[in-house]
Amino acid sequence: MPFGVAFGIASTEAGLAVWQASAYSLLVFTGSAQFAAVGVIGDGGSAVSAIAAGVLLNVRSLAFGVVMASALQGPWWKRALWSQLMIDETTALGSAQSDLKLRRYAYLFTGVVLFVAWNLSTLVGAAALSSSGDLVTTWGIDAAIPAVFLALLWPRLSDPGQRRSALVGGAIAVALLPIAPPGVPILVAGLGVVAGWRSAPSDGPRPVEAGERVA
Amino acid sequence: MTATVVLVGLTLCTYALKAAAPLVLGARPLPTNLARVADLLPAALLAALVMVSALEEDGAVALDARVVGLAAAATALTLKAPFVVVVVAAVAATAVTRAL
Repeated sequence: MPFGVAFGIASTEAGLAVWQASAYSLLVFTGSAQFAAVGVIGDGGSAVSAIAAGVLLNVRSLAFGVVMASALQGPWWKRALWSQLMIDETTALGSAQSDLKLRRYAYLFTGVVLFVAWNLSTLVGAAALSSSGDLVTTWGIDAAIPAVFLALLWPRLSDPGQRRSALVGGAIAVALLPIAPPGVPILVAGLGVVAGWRSAPSDGPRPVEAGERVA
Repeated sequence: MTATVVLVGLTLCTYALKAAAPLVLGARPLPTNLARVADLLPAALLAALVMVSALEEDGAVALDARVVGLAAAATALTLKAPFVVVVVAAVAATAVTRAL
């Protein structure tokens, strides 16, 4: 819930209307992609770089889909509907079950609960802040956004390859920040992947531990 | 306007990523290299987002109260604090620094 409130606040701070913040949470429903895109918009980046930042951050959804595909069997329209719930938490809880049917139930149950919570809390955060303008810098609410990104990054840093990827990505962003158009430093930072490449092969996608973001 | 264009583009792209396997590809494993890129990219991008959102001010690097907030967040994370405490610590530390 606090993560959704934080998104509502972040999107309002980036200049989005309350309905826009809600539309992001309903239609995109991918927390980190929403944060990244809204962050780039807030910095004055172009639409293309905002979309690219969100998409690159969530190429992993593709891997989640592969993990869950065998459990999500049914008519195409059901699979199409279920796919909207493909996020870290649903994949983590779904793939933790042994039986295919249980996998689907866990995935759908987690997904529906989080979908409702995420959208309600977005609305609360956006509506609360949209009426308070100057409080953003006075209260230090602008400092919530780097804290959110750090909290998302933190669990990954226990792995050496991930750590190198993060270090080089962060360094690239700082180096380019004064010279590149807004949004571009974040995209180029994706090259940090090269620094993490030499590490031992990973075990596939790395869902955020359930509850870490939602708790 | 930008926000609405991004909304449409991001909705279509993230949905395509989410639904590709369940709707089209099935449970076939991804090529190893693609899986590794997908696994390593978030760390690089999230680190970049931390840096830009904490340091950027009018297109330049600025060290201000947000850095104190970020340090507070890192401390809270080291202490395994829950998400809401991490964010509140960052906001409070930044607000106090600005008030000084």
